[in-house]
Amino acid sequence: MTSSRAQVYLWAAQRISAMVLGVCVLVHLITMIYAVRGGLSAAEILGRTRGSFGWAAFYATFVLAVSVHAAIGLRSILSEWLGVRGKALGAIVHLVALLLVVFGLRAVWAVVG
Amino acid sequence: MSTLEVKVWRGGERGEFQRFEVPRLESQTVLDVVTYIQRHLDPTLSYRFACRVGMCGSCAMVVNGRARWTCRTHVAEVDDSDTLEIAPLRHLPVIKDLVTDMSTFFDKWAAARGQFHATATRKDDFARVAPETPQRQQVDAGIECIGCGVCYSSCDVVGWNPDYLGPAAMNRAWTLINDVRDGAHDERLAAVAGDAGCHACHTHMSCAERCPKHISPTAAIAGLKRATLSAVLKGKL
Repeated sequence: MTSSRAQVYLWAAQRISAMVLGVCVLVHLITMIYAVRGGLSAAEILGRTRGSFGWAAFYATFVLAVSVHAAIGLRSILSEWLGVRGKALGAIVHLVALLLVVFGLRAVWAVVG
Repeated sequence: MSTLEVKVWRGGERGEFQRFEVPRLESQTVLDVVTYIQRHLDPTLSYRFACRVGMCGSCAMVVNGRARWTCRTHVAEVDDSDTLEIAPLRHLPVIKDLVTDMSTFFDKWAAARGQFHATATRKDDFARVAPETPQRQQVDAGIECIGCGVCYSSCDVVGWNPDYLGPAAMNRAWTLINDVRDGAHDERLAAVAGDAGCHACHTHMSCAERCPKHISPTAAIAGLKRATLSAVLKGKL
């Protein structure tokens, strides 16, 4: 059973990552709406992201915020709807977070590198 | 005279709804209906009530899907299709018919440290607590809870997580956290933090919506979330 302290940190992490996501999602949506005007191509996207430190930083932040937020959110869902508890719950949640970070950053590298 | 069709839960956890036909009367409450059934139609029906004037909370039951005080629920305001469905409070073991075992509800109250811990003795002067202080206003907003169980019955998280302390227990904890005379603040915050405590609340607000005393346990739980974070940041938790 996670300690009270750990629980407070999880809750705080969920709130903080939500704030970060609020900004990231807005920026992402505006960018997409702007980018989609007059059609969209891979070359056009890559033209914008390749070698850009700014986009790399932005999307890396987005990935990290998503990894934290989705993992903690899934934690509640798994325990409330499937009754998963204790060590199994912790293991699954950490795994999900890790997968999201790895695949997310890999995707960022793919469009930036 | 028109009649009302009433379905009443009979049995324990397993059971079924039994149908009765009850004469419709003006200003009739749901408690009047249950009482009529027990007195005139089926004396084996078990149910709880005491004051019958909206003070004690004993008569809380689920009427057409919503938990409420049956003595304060006019039949006319529940439903206009002439059918009433009366069931026991949710999320509590059913002893018989409309009577539930409230032990878990009160055990969780104790687990949330819902008891006042005195710091003064009879030798000390009276504590002075100004009613206008923000802390006392927080207490006053939630102090009228009489432990009826309507909020507990209405809470989704209570249904999904058997360990969840529930809105009433945490509302009481919040009133004590804000009580300047109480001496167990740190232990109480530790008791209400976590998966079984305030952090499991999803702010659905069914408790606040259904509370017959118009208390908002959700607001109290939000306060506990802030207080536990503050305690961790200060190294007290």
